[in-house]
Amino acid sequence: MAMAQLHSSGAALGVAAVLFSNGALSETYGVSRQCPGDPYKEEMTTGPMSAVRTIELTKRFGGVTAVDAVSLEVPAGQLFGLIGPNGAGKSTLIKILTTLLSPTRGRAWVAGFDVTTHPHEVRRRIGYVPQLLSADGALTGYENLLVSARLYGVARATQERRIHEALDLMGLTDAGRTLVRAYSGGMIRRLEIAQGMLHRPAVLFMDEPTVALDPVARRTVWAHVRELRSLFGTTMVLTTHYMEEVEALCETVAIIHQGCIVAMGAPTELKAQVSADANLDDVFVRFTGASIEAGGGYREVRRARRTAQALS
Amino acid sequence: MTRLSAFMRYVWAVADAEIRKLRHDPWELLTRAVQPSLWLLVFGGVMGRVRELPTGGFAYVDFLVPGILAQSVLFVAIFYGISIIWERDLGILQKYLVSPAPRTALVLGKAVSAGVRGLSQAVIVYVLALFLGIATQFRPGAILGVIILILLGSALFSTLSLIVACLVKTRERFMGIGQVLTMPIFFASNAIYPLSLMPTWLRTISVANPLTYQVDGLRALMLQGGASALSLELDFTVLVGTTTLLVLLAAGLYPRMVT
Ligand SMILES: Nc1ncnc2c1ncn2[C@@H]1O[C@H](COP(=O)(O)OP(=O)(O)O)[C@@H](O)[C@H]1O
Ligand SMILES: [Mg+2]
Repeated sequence: MAMAQLHSSGAALGVAAVLFSNGALSETYGVSRQCPGDPYKEEMTTGPMSAVRTIELTKRFGGVTAVDAVSLEVPAGQLFGLIGPNGAGKSTLIKILTTLLSPTRGRAWVAGFDVTTHPHEVRRRIGYVPQLLSADGALTGYENLLVSARLYGVARATQERRIHEALDLMGLTDAGRTLVRAYSGGMIRRLEIAQGMLHRPAVLFMDEPTVALDPVARRTVWAHVRELRSLFGTTMVLTTHYMEEVEALCETVAIIHQGCIVAMGAPTELKAQVSADANLDDVFVRFTGASIEAGGGYREVRRARRTAQALS
Repeated sequence: MTRLSAFMRYVWAVADAEIRKLRHDPWELLTRAVQPSLWLLVFGGVMGRVRELPTGGFAYVDFLVPGILAQSVLFVAIFYGISIIWERDLGILQKYLVSPAPRTALVLGKAVSAGVRGLSQAVIVYVLALFLGIATQFRPGAILGVIILILLGSALFSTLSLIVACLVKTRERFMGIGQVLTMPIFFASNAIYPLSLMPTWLRTISVANPLTYQVDGLRALMLQGGASALSLELDFTVLVGTTTLLVLLAAGLYPRMVT
């Protein structure tokens, strides 16, 4: 019985796999699943203007290649999106760029410094909003910001002003003295973004800033992200698996699939490459040969769910 | 000098966060009064009837008080790693590690906050001692010495705990190891019986156990007429030296928590 059930669901998956399989799409669109080698090699001399630059960045965990020879460049001031399904390697890439993980191979510069050789210089210039819940529920919003201000070396003279400004900007003034435990998911994300911006970083990394938020909370977060950027001109790199998020926010988007960047460009540009009336979902299918919904094994789903749980 | 003050500011950032959490939720500290009370009232009460223990002229309960203080500080500190694993499982630790704060400052910050918890234990034990009519010393110098010993002991064992957390990484495994670690540290020390009473093999282990030096120092400084069996200089030297080594080791291992 159980076997039969397993078998039939396996068959259903099989059908899906054929529908979205690479082979079929490769024939239709002539897509190659090969990772691009290094499309930026000829531009290796471009230097200080890019906020983030990687060359053949690779990270392996045992047999799993989480990030596979990724070369990309984010110009200063840009809002750059990295989109891919669960398990695509987005968080791993962000963790390398924020100095939490060291790459297996390749190099990366953030705000002009090599993440491997000058991690300290990089850390002073970046903000990071992890995918996981990073605000401390046992502290108030104000106290969370205070810890960040101290850890990120905000001058004592400006500390109080910055914190109150941040609460105000993120619409959290009334909640400043409330324990974060009592915050909604959207409020927590806004607080975390405020924490990441407190020291006015050159580059802000946001790993799935709106995962597990309801549509209204998501739009509020977007509005605040846009406002922060127009106020401070910060370069922002965010990851997401929501197409609308990329459409709503990003000037450039890179599609990451199984650790490889398979396409990169302005959302409109990418859509135009597929067809006149394509949406970004079509773009995703076109470049990866899979629907964004299809990705992610148990481990990834569990991790994403845990975030969702922690936020709710 | 400015570098040192910047360093201390990072340490304080971490420690102050923990202290604020305690202020929001002080219940935890009160529940921690139960264990030392039981040890002193029940265990101390019964064992006090044994007359032959060579406790250097003290009643057994008097002898026991510094040992139980050291024990409750140990028990608070040794499970510190759990909270680090908890912070890792959320994303709090990740954010700390991306900050420009030196890793040693992050580790020391946790150690200092363990020290604050340890001091709250000291208050509880002193109150119990008063209640039991034990002749405790209140000379400022002695009190200062006790405070330093508690801060050192807390820092030492919480950092040891942090190291274990960095190595085992999961809550389940940590709980197992935490249990396995605590009892030998406690029993292979002079906390509830004097070194002179131990068989040679146990004494050999005990003199390699930092808890022994903490208890020895506490015995000299907490009790009226108390004396150190090993020498106070040695006690402080061993504790400062071991803590420094462990903090450096933990700072090296800390980033492993997020990989
Ligand atoms: N610490 C780790 N150890 C082993 N494998 C890992 C680790 N972190 C991530 N991975 C694996 O690397 C791949 C990419 O993961 P991740 O970067 O989290 O993807 P995403 O953020 O896009 O969901 C997945 O297959 C994941 O299981
Ligand atoms: Mg992720």
